[in-house]
Amino acid sequence: MTTSTLPGGAAPSLDERLKRANPLVKALRRPEVGAGVAAILIFIFFSVVTDSFLTPAGVSTWLYSASLYGIMAVAVALLMIGGEFDLSAGAMTGTTGLMVGVLTTWYGLSVWVALIIALAFALGIGFFNGIIVMKTGLPSFIVTLGTFFILQGINLAVTKLITGQVAIQGMTNVPGYSGVKAIFGESIGFGSSGFHLETAVIWWVVITIIATVVLMRTRAGNWIFAVGGQLQSARQTGVPVNRTKIGLFMTTAGCGWLVGMLSLFDVGTVQATTGIGDEFIYIICAVVGGCLLTGGFGSAAGAAIGALIYGMTLQGIVFAQWDNNWLKAFLGAMLLLAVLINLYVRRQAGGRE
Amino acid sequence: MNENEEVADERVLEKALARDSAPPETGAAGTVPGSELLTDAVDMSIVGEPAILEVRDIGKTYGSIIALKGVSASVSASEVLCVLGDNGAGKSTFIKILAGAHDYSSGALLVDGVKRHFSSPRAALDAGVATVYQDLAVVPLMPVWRNFFLGSELSSAGMLKVRQMKAITKQELGKMGIDLRDVDQPIGTLSGGERQSVAIARAVYFGARVVILDEPTSALGVKQAGVVLKYIARARDNGLGVVFITHNPHHAYPVGDRFLLLKRGVSLGLYDKSEIAIDELTGLMAGGAELEALAHELARA
Repeated sequence: MTTSTLPGGAAPSLDERLKRANPLVKALRRPEVGAGVAAILIFIFFSVVTDSFLTPAGVSTWLYSASLYGIMAVAVALLMIGGEFDLSAGAMTGTTGLMVGVLTTWYGLSVWVALIIALAFALGIGFFNGIIVMKTGLPSFIVTLGTFFILQGINLAVTKLITGQVAIQGMTNVPGYSGVKAIFGESIGFGSSGFHLETAVIWWVVITIIATVVLMRTRAGNWIFAVGGQLQSARQTGVPVNRTKIGLFMTTAGCGWLVGMLSLFDVGTVQATTGIGDEFIYIICAVVGGCLLTGGFGSAAGAAIGALIYGMTLQGIVFAQWDNNWLKAFLGAMLLLAVLINLYVRRQAGGRE
Repeated sequence: MNENEEVADERVLEKALARDSAPPETGAAGTVPGSELLTDAVDMSIVGEPAILEVRDIGKTYGSIIALKGVSASVSASEVLCVLGDNGAGKSTFIKILAGAHDYSSGALLVDGVKRHFSSPRAALDAGVATVYQDLAVVPLMPVWRNFFLGSELSSAGMLKVRQMKAITKQELGKMGIDLRDVDQPIGTLSGGERQSVAIARAVYFGARVVILDEPTSALGVKQAGVVLKYIARARDNGLGVVFITHNPHHAYPVGDRFLLLKRGVSLGLYDKSEIAIDELTGLMAGGAELEALAHELARA
């Protein structure tokens, strides 16, 4: 420990160290700052390089694209701050969409009842993930990898078994469809400007705000940071560790349901492969937004900005008419950069253990 | 037989005589004003104000293993009890009993003179006995104030009272002599000694009357250990009872009022500071003869 060489009592040596803190590091200590800077650069870049990026229609497109990833990224960020992963989050968006589709188009259930059944199922899976992880102490990476494959298999097998196809059709003819669409899949136009706001974007903003408030201003938020930062300490100070973590798994699954509904009621159909592979994009968005893979640090707003970066790049590359595969390369580079910045910040800001 | 009986009778008679003659003797002593006052004072301290935490002849067995046997000690307000012992001396078992992590098998544990069995660390905490473990139960990446209130956050209508918690943290740390410019910094950026005293301040704020410090100086350098000892003295001056567990007599001696020496699960004695010098303490701890033998062996090599 280097501190033992510092002269004098506690207070003066502390002040010395505070003065020495690099202002750049101090700024980057806020998890969302780095991602914010990157988002602005990417925004400027595509605004200059392409014609349609900054048009009202263009903005609507990348905002919507970012929103679906953003909702999940925020939920996954909370879970990661709590020290866990959920690889089943992507498949869950497909499972819940397929469930509502099958229950309404094949079994004639009321669309509202189907919604609630799907939500209950999602929360049940989240609870299952959480309780297995907490009771066995197995890494959530493995446990949710298992759930991921189970859901992926069920999505395809059950959909084929019941419908004989790999997609749901005829959703638009289900009674009550338009009522539900108003909540999940509405597109609000703004006159002749061409700008239209999808309800998904509103959901995204609302969920980001709620998550931020919970994280920073409630007891639950304190507990999330604690269970992810130092589980043993959280236990010793009386934090309800199991309740917190299981709650986080259920939140992630619940958001999976929300995104499932948002995409189902936007286009009126859902593929059995929906969401497969997206789980890593959520994690990347959260990491780009400043979440540590080891837990205990990060922000909901950061994850939302991470998703914004992803949405802008995804659509920006389309507008620029580049090869779509550049997206993957870009994503990888962003991830590496973010992880390196995170590592640097953590070493500066409290790696002493 | 008869003879024996007679002898026995004689002894009884002798005892009776001794008893008869005893009261005048004590009475004579009692007539000296100074000693009478002293006796009263002692009586009052025993009857009127029992130690906050006391163990009497306490023991613990794990199956067939005797981890601790016949240990007695006590700690009152504004007093530091040092528990010294080498590895395997029974210090951990002793802490676990005081902290409520393990129940004891024999003897008695008294809080304010009342016998208690702590069912859990929570029960010990509710009785005002808080334990600060070596890992301090802090989350390094979280701000100091969040750590201070972790698990006992102040909130109204579901929202944290951030400003109030920050102010209390600053104030309570100030009482320990730590002046933090920024309670928002991650606690991991504080030095080991400061983190230790944050943990102590937290225990005190949440109602501890006795804090048990598990080897607070063992992982620290000389200067930082000095800082922690200063905080221990500060806690004592604030009216706290401190149980300071260590294997370093040089850390224990300057702050300790009494010293409990443990070795292989038994007590080597409980000494007041006035009764023992630091050399004796060190000697007892290491086992004087063993230390001499070691010195001899090393000298030859």
